[in-house]
Amino acid sequence: MAKKHKPNNVLPGFNLSLGYTLLYLSLIVLIPLSAAFFKTTELSFAEFWHTVTTPRVVASYKLTFGASLFAAVINAIFGLLTAWVLTRYTFPGKKLVDALVDLPFALPTAVAGIALTAVYSTNGWIGSLLEPLGVKVAFTPLGVVVALTFIGLPFVVRTVQPVLEDLEAETEEAAASLGANRWQTFSRVILPALWPALLTGFALAFARAIGEYGSVIFIAGNMPMVSEITPLIIITKLEQYDYTGATAVAVVMLIISFLLLFAINGLQWWSSRRNSASRGT
Amino acid sequence: MSAIVSQLAHYNAKVARSRATSEPTWVRWTLIISALLFLSLFLFIPLAAVFTEALRKGFETYIAALVEPDAVSAIQLTLIAAAISLPLNLVFGIAAAWAIAKFEFKGKSILITLIDLPFAVSPVIAGLIFVLIFGLQGWFGEWLIDNDFKVIFAIPGIVLATVFVTFPFIARELIPLMQAQGKEEEEAGLVLGASGWQILWHITLPNIKWGLLYGVILTNARAMGEFGAVSVVSGHIRGLTNTMPLHVEILYNEYNYAAAFAVASLLAFLALVTLGLKSYIEWQSGRTASANEKASDQ
Repeated sequence: MAKKHKPNNVLPGFNLSLGYTLLYLSLIVLIPLSAAFFKTTELSFAEFWHTVTTPRVVASYKLTFGASLFAAVINAIFGLLTAWVLTRYTFPGKKLVDALVDLPFALPTAVAGIALTAVYSTNGWIGSLLEPLGVKVAFTPLGVVVALTFIGLPFVVRTVQPVLEDLEAETEEAAASLGANRWQTFSRVILPALWPALLTGFALAFARAIGEYGSVIFIAGNMPMVSEITPLIIITKLEQYDYTGATAVAVVMLIISFLLLFAINGLQWWSSRRNSASRGT
Repeated sequence: MSAIVSQLAHYNAKVARSRATSEPTWVRWTLIISALLFLSLFLFIPLAAVFTEALRKGFETYIAALVEPDAVSAIQLTLIAAAISLPLNLVFGIAAAWAIAKFEFKGKSILITLIDLPFAVSPVIAGLIFVLIFGLQGWFGEWLIDNDFKVIFAIPGIVLATVFVTFPFIARELIPLMQAQGKEEEEAGLVLGASGWQILWHITLPNIKWGLLYGVILTNARAMGEFGAVSVVSGHIRGLTNTMPLHVEILYNEYNYAAAFAVASLLAFLALVTLGLKSYIEWQSGRTASANEKASDQ
């Protein structure tokens, strides 16, 4: 009878493994993160609100969220293109290209930062070509977009690629035999199937970009009101020993990040449900 | 004869099928070239720039930048931080995956979301929270001064920040893998009289070795490359609390570009090794998976 109530109790180690998981999670993640929320209680709500809405901080939100959104859109479009090319076509060096797509996950952000700055500054390889056109990238908000595009590059490719590989050729053949041309097949048959994965990759790239620090500070120029990102505001406040101010801005970012995390989890749940549903039929 | 005819028919069907469901050659190549152009602008050219900038002032300057004492101590500290945080997160990853994949309990999906939290937190905030706890004005600030123990602006802080930012990697890799494998093999081991640790060591670990290795190299890459979180807690004391990425920043801000890129090229090389290992693991685990499929088919 007892077995019926706890059918999963056959294997040992449940209490030990779950206990250790919860302990370690609390010590490393939950208690430290709660410190940020406790620290802000030192401020009254009016003080908190004033700290997180000064013009310089608001300008940094606009840059951080605007540039992250812009970069995530670039990554959605070109990530879809890259995933498509990598799954559908063959060309020399394809395997190498496929492996290198993950470079932003493996390359330290500081290295990415100085490399992008070297390439996109006015005497760099690409920057020197753009300067005659009147486009300045390094030390402008555009530089922030470039760095955030680099950071978010693998997300869309790696979420879309497996879905594209799993698509049944039969549905496309059916569309073709019913008289759809290739573009119609893509926009009405393939794209709807990719939509959840594409949106998930977009959200992951966006979430990663919002918190990014290392790759941005080298290329941004960090001018207050113009090219100063929110994580840098936190660092600046910390260096001035304004711990409560730094924490107040951090809490705003934390809340936004948590909301994004829940949205992403919802998206992934939706996308896996849709995939299994389409496979079932 | 009939075999040839059916083969021909099969071939014709294949050609017709590929014509109906693929693009004209010019579209194909336009797409390939635009994708490669995009990747070149954001990946390949910056990667190449790291190595050319590093060697711009010649090979001797390059080597000199890597063997000077501050660089060596930065390399050592980076290795120490990775060597401590890797096993900690490895044990956690296995424990968490065991609890989540092999058992049913309430609040499991909340637990998985909580494990993901460090991914959603900006590295700068990851550093900040440890300053709030262990810094001078922090919860344990006075106690630490009284006992003459430093966490912030010292190695323990760097390790803590590194552990935090690499926290989810191994668990995230193992949970779906162990969920997919189920628990029949472990139960069989139990029936045959194996103890819990024997099951873990002889059944579970061999089954998850590729996923485990994958998680370990991702953790290692992130641990050695972490910048934002470590930058907040380190205090940038040359030769003492400088990791490799922080050393790159200091050299760069001193306009010592050749040396900055020399140290950066080491990190970039490490990243390329990581990607190589990752591809190898994917290839190996793909091979074992298809071998298992064949075995079960027979």
